[in-house]
Amino acid sequence: MKQEQNEKALLFGLAKKDRKCIEAIYKDNYNLIQALIVNNNGTVEDAKDIFQEAIMVLYEKVQLGDFELNCQIRTYLYSVSRRLWLKRLAQQNKFSIGDEQHFELAMIDEDSDEHEKRNVDFLMMEKAINSLGEPCRSLIEAFYLEKKSMQEIALNFGYTNADNAKTQKYKCLVRLKKLFFAQYKNESL
Amino acid sequence: MEDNKILEAIERYINGQMSADERMYFEQLRKTNSEIDQAVVEHTFFLQQMNRFDSRRKFKSLLNDVHIDLAEKGAIKSPRLQGNAKVIYLFNRYKRVAAIAASIAGITTLAVSIIFSSVAPTREKKEIQELVNTVGQLKNHNIKQDQAINTISSKVNASGVSPAVDYRAGATGFLIDTKGYVITNEHVIENAHEVYVQNTAGKDLKAKVIYTDADRDIAILKITDEKFKAPSSIPYSIKQTNSSIAEPVYTLGFPRNDVVYGEGYLAANTGFKHDTLSCQIAIAANPGNSGGPVLNKKGEVIGILTAKQTTAEGAVFAIKSKYIFDAIRDLENETLKLPTTSNLKGLERQQQVQKIQPFVYMVKVN
Repeated sequence: MKQEQNEKALLFGLAKKDRKCIEAIYKDNYNLIQALIVNNNGTVEDAKDIFQEAIMVLYEKVQLGDFELNCQIRTYLYSVSRRLWLKRLAQQNKFSIGDEQHFELAMIDEDSDEHEKRNVDFLMMEKAINSLGEPCRSLIEAFYLEKKSMQEIALNFGYTNADNAKTQKYKCLVRLKKLFFAQYKNESL
Repeated sequence: MEDNKILEAIERYINGQMSADERMYFEQLRKTNSEIDQAVVEHTFFLQQMNRFDSRRKFKSLLNDVHIDLAEKGAIKSPRLQGNAKVIYLFNRYKRVAAIAASIAGITTLAVSIIFSSVAPTREKKEIQELVNTVGQLKNHNIKQDQAINTISSKVNASGVSPAVDYRAGATGFLIDTKGYVITNEHVIENAHEVYVQNTAGKDLKAKVIYTDADRDIAILKITDEKFKAPSSIPYSIKQTNSSIAEPVYTLGFPRNDVVYGEGYLAANTGFKHDTLSCQIAIAANPGNSGGPVLNKKGEVIGILTAKQTTAEGAVFAIKSKYIFDAIRDLENETLKLPTTSNLKGLERQQQVQKIQPFVYMVKVN
């Protein structure tokens, strides 16, 4: 019972991006996943990638207010990591996971598919922002991501007033949307 | 201009920044004008995507930060497999590739060394300017500064700052082994009587030269000062392979008494007059940048900044990082372990620089 409560607390902490909770989850599970990956044709680098992606899947789940795991965090992360790694191996045309000590697996299909879709969205936005060029990119990031005011931005970027900065931001935004939606439409066709 | 206003209105509508009247009017407009309605839906989706992008990016960088922290504390086994385990693992993984590679490498080495010995370049002094910061050049400048400072110094003297080392030339170097080994250019410490390194905190540490190679322009120093505290690990790694041109790179160096950041890209995989030991980088470099690390976005050191061509603008040369490995192999009596995995992947540039800074030193020679 106590352990169950503890796990819940960790999940709530994760949803709030509490660093202590994230560290605890990280510390308790990383070595297990690293062993899984390294014993199956992966490198330590791959292990870090996969494990972080698995945490991201869990994070997205609790973000949506879904704290019912039906299994331990450890089982969940293992199952997701295993699935992600199998997929990556398949992409590289390598053989599948072989010597596995029978580790309990959880049903994670939905979460994992949802994550995949978000992953694609993320990469599209990243690509669009990266191909925007300067100073557009910094301008957009300052306004939409860092939520700075137009006055502040005008000052930082050396525009004579907030209106000038606004016009420039508008031009950049139109370009960014064009870049993003061009990819988006390609993807959904 | 018209579209500009519409989009701004849409944004204010989505963010709930409209007054009640304005909102009513806008909603009416939305009902009657399908184009505007479409634009609202599209922009809402777009803003949502952007917010998701941002929160995910932040979360990722938080995870990376946690990883580095835990790895440094030894709470998780990453990033390095220990000793034998790693060798066996790598051997199993690459034995066939290694065998083939070794035989090819053997033949190539022979061929290359024959070619090299026949056409080895003599160093061009005039066209290439080594980037050591000779103090003499700065004298004029300093006199003015001195005058300004003198008027204040009498008041400050009492505070007792640690005595600064007098030096005739300054450059940059960076740590390649936690035990206190610093790499820099050979031309920096040429004819040196004493060598000090100054860390970003401004502390001078005594060092001795343990290795020099004038051809490759590499020198290795060891910090002998007892004030030196060995860090548990080095965040960046040293890259063993060539990089591809156009790759964005950056550097940290000491062209003046403070660490300075510079950004550029890898311009060519050969150096001055097709010198294959070095590569060409487009970056702003000044005297004093010599010996500084050139890093890529993954936090891998791809070279050591050396010189710039005075007859061309913006052409700077760096020794390829793989020759650091050669230098280590030539060392007698000392065994160094170069960092081969970078802990900086996925971090934002500012965070990378913050982590690297304590490992970059100003090299002072007199």
